[in-house]
Amino acid sequence: MSLTKDQVKHVAKLANLPLTSEEEEKYAEQLSKILEYVEQLNSVDTKDIEPTFNVSGQENVMRKDETEASLSQEEVLSNASKAENGMFVTKGVFEPE
Amino acid sequence: MFCSCSADYFGKEPNTHTCPVCLALPGALPYINEEAINDCIKIGLALNCTVADKSLFERKNYFYPDLPKGYQISQYRWPLTVNGWIEVVGQDGKTKKIRINRAHQEEDTGKLTHKDSNTLIDFNRSGVPLVEIVTEPDFSDTTQIVDYAKKLQQIFRYLEVSNADMERGDMRLEANISVRPVGQTTLPNYRVELKNINSFRFMMAAVEYEIKRQIAALEKGERLQQETRGWNEDKKETFLQRVKEEANDYRYFPEPDLPKLKISENQINQIKSELPELPVQKSVRFQKEFGLRLDQILVLIESSELSEFYERAVEVGRSHHIDPKIIANFIINRKINIEETAPTEIIEQILESKAGIVEDPGQIEGLAAEVISENPQIAADFKKGKETALQALIGAGMKKRKGKVSVEILKSTLENLLQKE
Repeated sequence: MSLTKDQVKHVAKLANLPLTSEEEEKYAEQLSKILEYVEQLNSVDTKDIEPTFNVSGQENVMRKDETEASLSQEEVLSNASKAENGMFVTKGVFEPE
Repeated sequence: MFCSCSADYFGKEPNTHTCPVCLALPGALPYINEEAINDCIKIGLALNCTVADKSLFERKNYFYPDLPKGYQISQYRWPLTVNGWIEVVGQDGKTKKIRINRAHQEEDTGKLTHKDSNTLIDFNRSGVPLVEIVTEPDFSDTTQIVDYAKKLQQIFRYLEVSNADMERGDMRLEANISVRPVGQTTLPNYRVELKNINSFRFMMAAVEYEIKRQIAALEKGERLQQETRGWNEDKKETFLQRVKEEANDYRYFPEPDLPKLKISENQINQIKSELPELPVQKSVRFQKEFGLRLDQILVLIESSELSEFYERAVEVGRSHHIDPKIIANFIINRKINIEETAPTEIIEQILESKAGIVEDPGQIEGLAAEVISENPQIAADFKKGKETALQALIGAGMKKRKGKVSVEILKSTLENLLQKE
């Protein structure tokens, strides 16, 4: 299976990655190769096998409804490149409330 | 939902209710809150849903700063509860069954504030348990939507799973609106999602507006597209927020960090047995046990507190032989504040108000005769067939005795006397 340049553009947009036209070409080729490689798995007969989503084999792993102390605002914002009024600042996204 | 931060975030200092899990710091892993799962099952059961025996969380992938992980842990192919229904009343007064597609468990997102060209993020709300309830496209008028939302809110409060306060954002509505020509039975190939509208009234205004806007657009020959719109309260109109990504663009896949949930028959039965009496059941019982009218019942069961208050008052009233209907009327007409009044006080007040009231037929007959002789013109009007004249005579009688007379007996006595004359 090979990816078209449009599909790469679409995936890049969903992943919020800005790609140049050359990169789109390059990744279309690379991603296609990865897909081909993974496609080899299709040769395995999985007719009577349940899909595995989690390898732990566990179920119903849950905790009690008990709260624990949260991080302080200072700690939380210590990695933020920019903060204002106790909030993270990021490039504006269009969605007025 | 997946961490131990307090969910009591409302009105708190920004970013003070977060931890490595809700901030998506490297290495942090989710851990399911059992009570949230049980509450979701309760909601599903109250909406007549089936609880799935196997349920999985999935990652809903999208880039938006309200979630730091780049995905929301939600449910998609294996929701916790499915295929329910709820009955609502529409504009024509008729009851309609609205099918519930699912009630699933997910996590809430952070709160964004837009300031100048920047967006400010408060992650206190991110990771708070959120149940999403999805209906089938069964609503055909706004009255049904209002009734649906009110009934859901009532159910959440009865179940004590949420305050369901819309202004605080405990409960939010997202309406999907599309219109089609009269007679068309298939669904239109688009729908407009109304989102981020945090008041019930505004949501209804937006729905009404949107229906008109879409009809006008289609009549002009325009093509409508799949999109998300918000509500501008100043202009009283909806506005485009974003063109909706198709569902498969979210690239859902099972959350590998969370093992599956298996809900046993035992566990479901246990939760079922713990469910409180819900508004619908209570309504039927109040009708049967107390002989109340539907409009009275609807007021009394509005909150479980009020309905319990009423039942306690009925209990106390029983020893004084007070009809449950009188108690219902008393509570409803006087708009009794149940936080400041005890059920026993209601009964005392009813007994008191009955105390000075004259019910003696002899006394009342004397009063009725007086009223008729003092108001010959009105009495004559009644005899000529003017029914309302009787009310005027009753009023005159009540005035003479300062309201301390049985209206029913006075009325029948007046009628008797006037018919005899």
